[in-house]
Amino acid sequence: MAASDGILARTWRRPQWLTLPLIVGAAVVAFWVLVALTFHLWAPYDPLDMVARRLQPPSLAHWLGTDALGRDVLTRTLAGARHSLPIALVVVASAVAAGSFLGALSGFFGGLFGAAIMRLVDITLSFPPVLLAMAVAASLGPGLKNAAIAMVIVWWPVYARLMRAQVLEVKEREHVEAAVACGASRTRLLVVHILSLCWTPVMINATMDFGQVVLLAASLSFIGLGATPPTPEWGSMISDGATHFYSWWIAFGPGMAILAVVLGFNFLGDGLRDMLDPRTV
Amino acid sequence: MSQQPLLEIAGLKVTFGRGAASADAVAGVDLTVAPGEVLGIVGESGSGKSVTMLAAMGLTPKSARIGGSVRFRGQELVGMPQKGLRAIRGARMAMIFQDPLTSLNPVLTIGAQVAEALRLHNPGLSRKAAMARAVELLALVSIPEPERRVRQYPHEFSGGMRQRAMIAMAVANSPDLLIADEPTTALDVTVQAQIMEVLKELRERLGIGLVLITHDLGVVAGAADRIAVMYGGRVVEQGKVDDVFYRSRHPYTRGLLASIPKLDVRQERLQPIEGAPPSLTSRPSGCPFHPRCPLAEARCSSEEPLLRQVGAVETRCHFAERLDDPEGGIVVPFDKAPARKAVGP
Repeated sequence: MAASDGILARTWRRPQWLTLPLIVGAAVVAFWVLVALTFHLWAPYDPLDMVARRLQPPSLAHWLGTDALGRDVLTRTLAGARHSLPIALVVVASAVAAGSFLGALSGFFGGLFGAAIMRLVDITLSFPPVLLAMAVAASLGPGLKNAAIAMVIVWWPVYARLMRAQVLEVKEREHVEAAVACGASRTRLLVVHILSLCWTPVMINATMDFGQVVLLAASLSFIGLGATPPTPEWGSMISDGATHFYSWWIAFGPGMAILAVVLGFNFLGDGLRDMLDPRTV
Repeated sequence: MSQQPLLEIAGLKVTFGRGAASADAVAGVDLTVAPGEVLGIVGESGSGKSVTMLAAMGLTPKSARIGGSVRFRGQELVGMPQKGLRAIRGARMAMIFQDPLTSLNPVLTIGAQVAEALRLHNPGLSRKAAMARAVELLALVSIPEPERRVRQYPHEFSGGMRQRAMIAMAVANSPDLLIADEPTTALDVTVQAQIMEVLKELRERLGIGLVLITHDLGVVAGAADRIAVMYGGRVVEQGKVDDVFYRSRHPYTRGLLASIPKLDVRQERLQPIEGAPPSLTSRPSGCPFHPRCPLAEARCSSEEPLLRQVGAVETRCHFAERLDDPEGGIVVPFDKAPARKAVGP
């Protein structure tokens, strides 16, 4: 590398935990988060406004062309981040909260109660996730909120399992027994001495799942169970594009956006795992 | 002893499993510890020494069934609800474990853990006061620079320092009884000696009764007042430390003593006790030691000997009188206080 001769390279060495996937992932994710937070301040067009003639191919004025109603595809793609990312955040946070809570209780107390939770997990996981999400979303009616509820129902068992496995392992460690010998109560054991050591894999998994949830949300919207028109949501935009197959640019923008977000979160998750997992050091 | 004993274990039985697969890890143990006394419990792996004390603390797994009685300052602990036990554990009765490397919570600072031990039993104590007291406790167990050390995490501590931190946690609430389960086994010899020194000092300063579980006769020789030798889930011999070492009346104890390499006698081979410790699921009939015992006769396999006073010690052997051999012909491996020697400038 040419840069390795520079002063910068000699004075500043990249720390070992700062791996390439981590940098790329963090950069892509940061880009989309920034877009989602600030888009309304610098948006070139109104994402809902018909600003030009319909089905225009990409040009200098409309970098990604216009869709079937004459709306700017680039504007709508960027605006889509304001829908997809918050949904993913809400779904992952709720699934992690519900799943970890039930999984931790199941692992800690075990017995009939723990077994009952785990059977519920098995049942939920035995459905193909997209199918279950579709069924739940369809029964609740279309809309992003209902799609989010459906996705939480699909996703919590993953975290319940993960958390339970972690708790089962950590609770047998000696420092837990030592804490009992010091007179710690059961709640204290679970919160202070067990859960504090269980979060790493859950956090890594959650980061990776962010991308997956974005994808599933888009899938639900694609088949008409998520966002309702005219919301600029990536899945429904691709669905629009599919009906105008030869105007490839309509689906290109949101497609690339989904690709970038999913890859970004996967890289970030990978990087986090390498950073947090002591075994890789 | 006119005083009430601190800890009184009577007929303690701990059974794991059920039916044919059940195993009596502890098969009727009687022990007492007087206030301020150091009792050494010696025995090989599987002799029930750890399980006995875990049961006394109420720390055995749920699958264990416990019979008999454990009285702590006159209070019955067997069958006591968890809430009552929690109030005693860590406050009046504390325990330190074999492996200091895994017995500390890796994600909390040493100070936070010592402070936790304090605050669990003194709800009114402020965080700041608890931390200040944690510094004093670390100083008490001879950890250098305690002000800096309280803010460090377990991985920044060496093995010996971690065991000191564990001891600081255990004595945080000035308990009456400290149970040390092989406290020096995971440490190297010079550190062992230092830890024993810390324990002795604490006992002198705070008047703590100490139960020292170990398989290292050298450790008890230097530190204990009395010794109980366990074999196959029972106490087979107990008495004052000198009496057990020099006037033992049990072939197992003598075998143990003889198997230690001696410094003053040239010896090509070690003298092991032949055979293996008894399996817990199919214990031998009669005396559990008879399959390995050089003195065994027919009676030993049918009738289990009772613990009785013979000479200076209480022993559990039919033929204890035959071992009447003043000073036993047993060469005690080394001077009684190896720990004290190893420390110093």
